[in-house]
Formats: sequence, C-alpha cells, structure tokens
Amino acid sequence: MKAAAFDYHGPATVAEAVALLRESDGMGKAVAGSQSLGPMMNLRLAQPTQLVDLRFLGELRECRDEGAAVLFGAGVTHAAIEDGKVPDPSLGLMPHVAGRIAYRAVRNRGTLGGSLAHADPAADWVNVMALLDAELILAGPDGERSVRAGEFMLGAFTTVLAEDEIIKAVRVRRLGPAARWSYYKFNRKTGEFAEAIAAFVDDPESGVRRAIVGAVDGAPYVIEDASALIDGWSDPAAASALQAAGLVPGSYEYQVHRVALRRAAERLSRPNGAQQ
Amino acid sequence: MKQVNLTVNGKAVSALVEPRTHLADFLREQRLLTGTNIGCEQGVCGACTLMVDGVPTRSCIVYAVACEGAEVRSIEDFDHDPVMTQLRAAFSAEHALQCGYCTPGMLATARDIVTRLPDADEERIRQELSGNLCRCTGYVGLVRAISRVLDERRNLAVA
Ligand SMILES: Cc1cc2nc3c(=O)[nH]c(=O)nc-3n(C[C@H](O)[C@H](O)[C@H](O)COP(=O)(O)OP(=O)(O)OC[C@H]3O[C@@H](n4cnc5c(N)ncnc54)[C@H](O)[C@@H]3O)c2cc1C
Ligand code: FES
Ligand code: FES
Repeated sequence: MKAAAFDYHGPATVAEAVALLRESDGMGKAVAGSQSLGPMMNLRLAQPTQLVDLRFLGELRECRDEGAAVLFGAGVTHAAIEDGKVPDPSLGLMPHVAGRIAYRAVRNRGTLGGSLAHADPAADWVNVMALLDAELILAGPDGERSVRAGEFMLGAFTTVLAEDEIIKAVRVRRLGPAARWSYYKFNRKTGEFAEAIAAFVDDPESGVRRAIVGAVDGAPYVIEDASALIDGWSDPAAASALQAAGLVPGSYEYQVHRVALRRAAERLSRPNGAQQ
Repeated sequence: MKQVNLTVNGKAVSALVEPRTHLADFLREQRLLTGTNIGCEQGVCGACTLMVDGVPTRSCIVYAVACEGAEVRSIEDFDHDPVMTQLRAAFSAEHALQCGYCTPGMLATARDIVTRLPDADEERIRQELSGNLCRCTGYVGLVRAISRVLDERRNLAVA
C-alpha cells in the first residue's frame, strides 16, 4: 500500500525540528531512518500529516567517548554500531546485537534513537539499553532532560516522549574490563523481530548484576539483582521474574521466555561474543 | 509537491515529488527506471533493494523527498560494474534466478556480500540473504553463485 498524504520538512537544527513538531499539534511525527515509520505509514497504521526529518541534524550523528561512558547521537545507525565505526562501551554487546537486527539494508538506515522512540517491545535496543541502564537525552521546547532507559518506555509503542520532544542522544556507561554479558534472542527466521529476548550483564567492577526479560507485552522487565540466576540456575527465581514480567505459566509465551532466560544465563559462562 | 535534488544513476536530477511517493515509485514512475521491483512495501521482502550512498537500502520505505543530496544507483546503473558482471555470470551458471522478480534486489545484496564480506562462508551468505525473499530458486543456486564469485575474487587476490 501507499502512505497517506503528508507534508515533509527537513529542519537543519534541533530547535527547528522541535518547533515544527510543536506546531503540528500532535499530527506531526519525527522520522529518522524510516525503517519502522515507513512500513507503518505504507500500511496506513500511521498517518501523520507532517513529517519532520531528523536526517539533516549533524548533532544527532555525533558520538563522543567520555571515558566512563559513550554518548551516542540518536541518529547513529545499526550498521555503524555493527561495523565498529563508533566507540563501543559494552565489550562487544552492542555490535553483536546491532548485527542481528533485521537485515543489512534496514540496518544501513535504521537508527538507535528511532528504535528506542518506536518502543516495539520485541525490538532489540529497548532491551539492551534497559539492560545497560543507559541514559536518554531528550530535547524539547524547554531545553533538555535526561531519562533512564528503564523509565523511558511506558508500554508497547508508548514512551515518556512528549509530542514536541526528540531523543537527542543516548549515554551508555562503559562496562568494566572483566564484565560478562549474554544476549539470547529467540526468533524463527534470521533478522526477524524476537519472540523472546533475555540478557544478562555481570560486572564485578561496578557490582552490576542485571538481567532483562524482553519481547513481552510492554517494556522489558528488569531483574535489578540477577545473582540468583547468575550464580547457578534457580527455578523459583526464574519463575518469579517471568511472572513479574507479565507472563502466564503454562502459556507458549512463558515457555519461550523461560527457555530464552535459561539459555542467556548459560551463555554468560562463555566468552563474550562466543554466543550462539 | 516538494523539490528534491539527488543523483540517479550518475545523473543529477531535480524533481518535484509528492512527499508520500517512495523512492521505488519515484524511480519507476517518474524516472521510468523499472528495473527496481516492488513486493511488500514494508521492508520485509527485499525486492526493492538498491544502492543509496553506496549501501543497500530498501527503496519502498524511504520517501524520495528524504533523498535530498543522495546518490541513488538502481540496477540499471550496474551494466559495466565489474562485480555485478561477475555476479550476473555466476547467477546464470548456478541457476540463481527463475522468474527474476527478486533478482535486482538479490544482486544488490549479493554485491554487498561480495564487497563487504570477502570471507563469507555458506552460513554467513545465507544469513545475509535472509532479507531477500526468493519464491523460485530455493536459495541453493543463489548461495552457490555468490560463493563462486567470492572464490573467483579470492583466487584473483592470491594470483
Ligand atoms: C523488515 C524489518 C525487520 C526489522 N527487524 C528488527 C529487529 O529484528 N529488531 C529490531 O530491533 N528492529 C527491527 N526493525 C526495526 C528497525 O530496527 C528500525 O530501524 C528501527 O526500529 C527504527 O529506527 P528508524 O531510525 O528507522 O526510525 P523511524 O522509522 O524513522 O521512526 C520510528 C519512530 O521513532 C520516532 N523517532 C525516530 N527518531 C526519533 C528521535 N531521534 N527522537 C524522537 N522520536 C524519533 C518516529 O517519530 C517514529 O515514531 C526491523 C525493520 C524492518 C523493516
Ligand atoms: S518491496 Fe521493499 S522490501 Fe518488499
Ligand atoms: S527468481 Fe523468482 S522470486 Fe527469485
């Protein structure tokens, strides 16, 4: 199908983009890679009357190594992360995940910020950024504010972003040199959205031992202290996490998420990146 | 209507486009370049894959108006491209096409595999091809054709 008619704007500054969104009175939408919004518009699931293209905002493509963290412009593409063209604070986790999002043609255009703003529970970055407790920097008419990834997504396709706000950047803290991670994405076909996601990070330097259960009905469920699943598998701890994530024991969804969680926990003992 | 300035197959183009016209429709209907095929129009099937700024891109979910300043290369521009010439010969030799509908998109992806991943093995080729659907060949011929070109280029590099 073809998209419904809309007006297109290609602002040159963040302030201009925000002003255009504000003027559109809720009928406008930002667009970055258009790898999620394009399909939605062609299917007429989304019919914005104004499209505010963020492609020409150089600031959104900048990355900065801050030492203790890396600041990613929201417009950084999955392919740039996959190819290591931007600094990696995650000991290989982000490139590993990026290379398994969709297909190369989609990764060449799809962006980190677009993926987070889209907030599909089955998408990869919403889960990874919650796992890494990333900080999102949002720009709006009153300046900037920062939100933790775990508090950014309110539910499926719903976030704290106001209609006239955009994601400007994402700050990811650097993992310690001895940190371990694992990421298990269950899908039937390479490049497809996940049916279940589970991931762990265990960083002795910072003491972070977090896990997530993702591709659920809403935002990923964060297990803030996952020691009970890291230091040996605990059925009761897994069951309570899965149920807290909204999964119903006995259902197909519960089963696949349980398997994903178990496999992610097992993979934590393998070298980072020697995953699947 | 909006004005957009871009390069299409090496030629500078200034055109008025309806913002909702995606790049594939723009090429096919306004530029009469019908080599780009359209399948799903939702980014899944890969039929419309072509090169934008040197990298494979889905032309069905990118609007032409968003291609200001971009360098677009559709299949028509690859007649004399050395990698594409090798790929075309290998596609014929290995029966990597039947109806041909997926072929322009397949060739764009195949060229990306050959140039970006010179060490790709069969598994990697299959993973990379997962974003291009072919209903005819069953992929065996496609994988062989791409492996053949990779081998040819490796042998050339050694010699
Ligand atoms: C066939 C296919 C398979 C896919 N498979 C996967 C997959 O396995 N895993 C996965 O994670 N993703 C997958 N995706 C989605 C892909 O990763 C998208 O690139 C991504 O979700 C959206 O990024 P984008 O830059 O294209 O955003 P757009 O499509 O441009 O925008 C998406 C939404 O975000 C908003 N937005 C964009 N940028 C900003 C910003 N900076 N600030 C505020 N709002 C913004 C837009 O208004 C829109 O609502 C797939 C896509 C396709 C087409
Ligand atoms: S037509 Fe573009 S991916 Fe199917
Ligand atoms: S050759 Fe017919 S779809 Fe691929």
